[in-house]
Amino acid sequence: MSDQRPNPDALLARVKAEEASQSYGRLKIFFGAAAGVGKTYSMLQAAHERKAEGVDVVIGYVEPHGRKETEALINGLEQIPYRMADYRGATLREFDLDAALVRKPQLILVDELAHTNSADSRHIKRWQDVEELLAVGIDVYTTVNVQHIESLNDVVAQITGVIVRETVPDKVVEQADEIELIDLTPDELLQRLKEGKIYAATQAERAVQGFFRKGNLIALRELALRRTADRVDEQMQRYRRDHAISTTWPATMRLLVGVSASPSAPRLIRAARRMAAGLRAEWVVAYVETPNELRRPEAQREQVIQTLRLAEQLGAETVTLSGESAADVLIAYARERNVSKIVVGKPERPRWKDLLFGSTVDKLLRSSGVIDIYVLSGDFGDTEPLATPAFGTSSPQKAYLWSCGAVAICTALAWIMDPYFDPANIIMIYLLGVVAVATRGRRGPSILVVILSVAAFDFFFVPPAFTFAVSDTQYLITFGVMLLVGLVISTLTVRRQEQVKAARVRERRTAALYALSREFASLRGLEQLIPAAVRNIHEVFDSQIMILLPIGGGRLQPWGKISGWMNTIAPESVFSPSPADQGVSQWVYDHKEMAGLGTNTLPGADAIYVPLVASERAVGVLGVRPERRQRLTPEQIHLLETFANQTALAIARAQLAEEAQQAQVQVETERLRNSLLSSVSHDLRTPLTIITGATSSLLEPGQALDQATRTELAQTAYDEAVRLNRLVANLLDMTRIESGAIQVKKEWQPLEEVIGVAIARLETSNALAQHPLSTNLPADLPLVPIDAVLIEQVLVNLIENAVRHTPPSTPISISCSTAGSAVIVTIADQGPGFPPGSEEHLFDKFYRAQQNGSTRGVGLGLTICRGIITAHGGRIWAEPNPTGGAIFRFSLPIDGSPPIFNMNE
Amino acid sequence: MPEQPHQPSQPTHGPLILIIEDELPIRRFLRATLTSNGYRIAEAATANDGIRQAATIQPEVIMLDLGLPDLDGLEVARQLRSWTSIPIIVLSARGQESDKIAALDAGADDYLTKPFGTGELLARIRVMLRRASLAATQGSGEPVIAVGDLRIDLALRQIWRGDTEIHLTPIQYNLLRALARNIGRVMTHKQLLHEAWGAGYEEDPQYVRVYMSQLRHKLEADPTRPRYLVTEPGVGYRLKID
Repeated sequence: MSDQRPNPDALLARVKAEEASQSYGRLKIFFGAAAGVGKTYSMLQAAHERKAEGVDVVIGYVEPHGRKETEALINGLEQIPYRMADYRGATLREFDLDAALVRKPQLILVDELAHTNSADSRHIKRWQDVEELLAVGIDVYTTVNVQHIESLNDVVAQITGVIVRETVPDKVVEQADEIELIDLTPDELLQRLKEGKIYAATQAERAVQGFFRKGNLIALRELALRRTADRVDEQMQRYRRDHAISTTWPATMRLLVGVSASPSAPRLIRAARRMAAGLRAEWVVAYVETPNELRRPEAQREQVIQTLRLAEQLGAETVTLSGESAADVLIAYARERNVSKIVVGKPERPRWKDLLFGSTVDKLLRSSGVIDIYVLSGDFGDTEPLATPAFGTSSPQKAYLWSCGAVAICTALAWIMDPYFDPANIIMIYLLGVVAVATRGRRGPSILVVILSVAAFDFFFVPPAFTFAVSDTQYLITFGVMLLVGLVISTLTVRRQEQVKAARVRERRTAALYALSREFASLRGLEQLIPAAVRNIHEVFDSQIMILLPIGGGRLQPWGKISGWMNTIAPESVFSPSPADQGVSQWVYDHKEMAGLGTNTLPGADAIYVPLVASERAVGVLGVRPERRQRLTPEQIHLLETFANQTALAIARAQLAEEAQQAQVQVETERLRNSLLSSVSHDLRTPLTIITGATSSLLEPGQALDQATRTELAQTAYDEAVRLNRLVANLLDMTRIESGAIQVKKEWQPLEEVIGVAIARLETSNALAQHPLSTNLPADLPLVPIDAVLIEQVLVNLIENAVRHTPPSTPISISCSTAGSAVIVTIADQGPGFPPGSEEHLFDKFYRAQQNGSTRGVGLGLTICRGIITAHGGRIWAEPNPTGGAIFRFSLPIDGSPPIFNMNE
Repeated sequence: MPEQPHQPSQPTHGPLILIIEDELPIRRFLRATLTSNGYRIAEAATANDGIRQAATIQPEVIMLDLGLPDLDGLEVARQLRSWTSIPIIVLSARGQESDKIAALDAGADDYLTKPFGTGELLARIRVMLRRASLAATQGSGEPVIAVGDLRIDLALRQIWRGDTEIHLTPIQYNLLRALARNIGRVMTHKQLLHEAWGAGYEEDPQYVRVYMSQLRHKLEADPTRPRYLVTEPGVGYRLKID
């Protein structure tokens, strides 16, 4: 909990849980260490108190065990009659759940939560009955002994030698709203047992020998107390989280175990676990990557991974930290995590090293403040000396040669300078040489250069010259200091280099993560997101990647299976999961937990599968198959989880964006539909109004209407009726076209006939009264496969359109021509035409040319034409008439060949 | 809605027309129109009632709606046709061409598409009555049929348009003859195929269309606006008798 602010997700989850619990009944558990501490008694007392407050209390099931005080309390409370159940010939009294549900009190008492119901009951266990009661909102008081809690079963078995069979799952107890501990000291309990207040005499005798041994009672009592304390601790954690209190409250129990790469680390882990178990505390295992640690050989670092894995298996939380000083890092972390005890192993280095370089344990002891430090022994510690670092890219041999070379150069320089300078200054040149070599960072060559420098200096420049004797003992000091300088510089350099390397690795990973998020932020759509994710994760983890997304029904499918990747990624960066692996990924998706290679679940898989979870919802699975089947370190796994998180969020975002778009489309559709409805209803209502008006006028008694007026009214009503008829027909046709119910029955027709029928219809409705219509058909026009009724409709619509949009007396013409394997029909008028650029929109639904108000017609005619022509496989379009006006053309394809006729028959 | 007892007085001796139609407003309209044109009316609102009345009152024309509640109009036509030759005009909605064809093939004589105007209605009835009376008096129909400036002489197998004789191929003549014998009445493609080509050709309506097109070119002043050889879209053809 390094954040100052409380974690919003956790808070939200709790609020939701609280909300849910409002309608849920409240469960109060009267908790005790053993039978006879007085749980039932307290429960009944509490019930009476509630009854006095006016709560509707009912006894569901209370087992008095023949204890008189308990029985006394039972009277006075309403009881639900027991259900009599038969069990192996005996009649048992069982809790009647159905009667309780019918009675539906505010509060019900149900004793012995761990009880197993008789075979004919609805649920196997009484706690399931209680859950049902809670679900309908009834509050429940119940009793539980510590030995009934499932997770403590084996602990109790160890303590008492008795395996308790009737258990209650932990979650039931954990989810209880209140737990009241009924505590009794073992002595008092034994006293009560002797007095026969718990069991009858014979039973009591047995009990003392068996379960009720004092040692057992003490242990059980401690267990019960500790369990209650844990619950309180959890409540306190929650409280602290909610209120973001960050200082350590010493009452908590959390262990921090510091491990290194030493081979005794696993033993430390196990010892720490025993300790944690004994304290019933949580424990965190931390590995601190100091420069020293980084210098260890690969094999040893691999061991660290194993150790951390072992820790996780044993139930610890693991974390990898890094820093200069293990002690400082551990203490800082301990403060963050509210740890009260730090556990480390005993020091393994020789004392002189500790004196020189400082001991971790020492630092811990001195700077830990309120945190306790435990130093556990790693048994049979055999320590390995730190190996020389196999570091750097150039070979060691070269570095040694360099040393020699440097000394040679220095000697040469010194020789030149010798006549002019004191030896004390000559040594400075050698010092320069030492510094130069030491900054390369290797200890071996640094030591060599010092030795050689000293030897050279001694040999060439220290009197007596050309010997290795030393006349002035001061030079010994000089030698010593040079050695020291060389060592210090090389050590510092190495350390710096290592830190830089580690920092670079971290930076690379962070950069990759950042790059990923940045890419995600700018991309839209799954087709872009997924390849980006694959590319990035492949780079960082150097493994093959696959992302599986659910298709309908929650089944997963690897991305790219259907549409392919389409050159968005390099093919070797993805892998195809085997069918077994697909099963693993499905499991991961369903359970929202990691599985596969290197995890505890299904470790035989080829790859590790991480669930992609965004806001508690699984959106897919990420599969990572490392090279050579090597397992990922816990740190890598954590990093992978971060990547998975990002990816999941991006995917969820893309999906939400799509949903939002669809929702918007729906909103638009609704809007459009509403506007259409209002427009259509207006168009329907207008003719009806006119008809109603005209005919009601005609019917009005006592009206002095002359014949001419009557005829006019009747004519108006008729005309409007005809118009209404056409409108309704249009709407019906439109609906049929839209729903795909238009069935084109193509038959070979002479176009001339169809045109004739259309004209006849128009003349019947008097539409052509003021527009001379001319037809122009070639004599050899072939038969066309069309649905005559539908094409006739198209012609009528087009001609009516022309009539409506042209002034009276302007001619309209129909002509046909053949073009390739289609026939083109043209209808041209001489009216004002249509606005340029609106050729496409003319055919849109409900499009009406914005004209002088005399637009009667709902705007569907051309749309229907288009629907019909399209259904015939043809095309319809509009052009401006070069001589003024509009031209509408449609094509009808001639598929197949018409029947041959013998014209002489 | 209960029938209004207020009815205009019927003529006492015009031809009797039986209307089998379940929609009251349509019946009212038909009643008003027909009675004011000198016809007598009988009404039935259900198919069974209609069939019963057809048997009992012996109308001269039956107007049958295809969308009756209790029995399919098609079935009614078939049943009626099984024991009577009274002309049947079916009423149906637009877009139900297949129903009309089926009804015509089942024995109906003509059809009216809703909504229809008074003119059409009366014209159809007139044609039906004329046929009936001709059939009664002359058996197979008149030998010479004159329509506008067309004269079709079935006895001499001659066609005259005004003063010009028109030559037709045998099948064209058969077609024209079929239409002429049923002048004023619609003939389905199937019926025309049967009449002009004979049995076995009923499934090729395009033949009829092509030949009708030829006939129009030969007999009509403006083939695209035929005056006599009228196309009934989706159903067939009719030789119009004004």
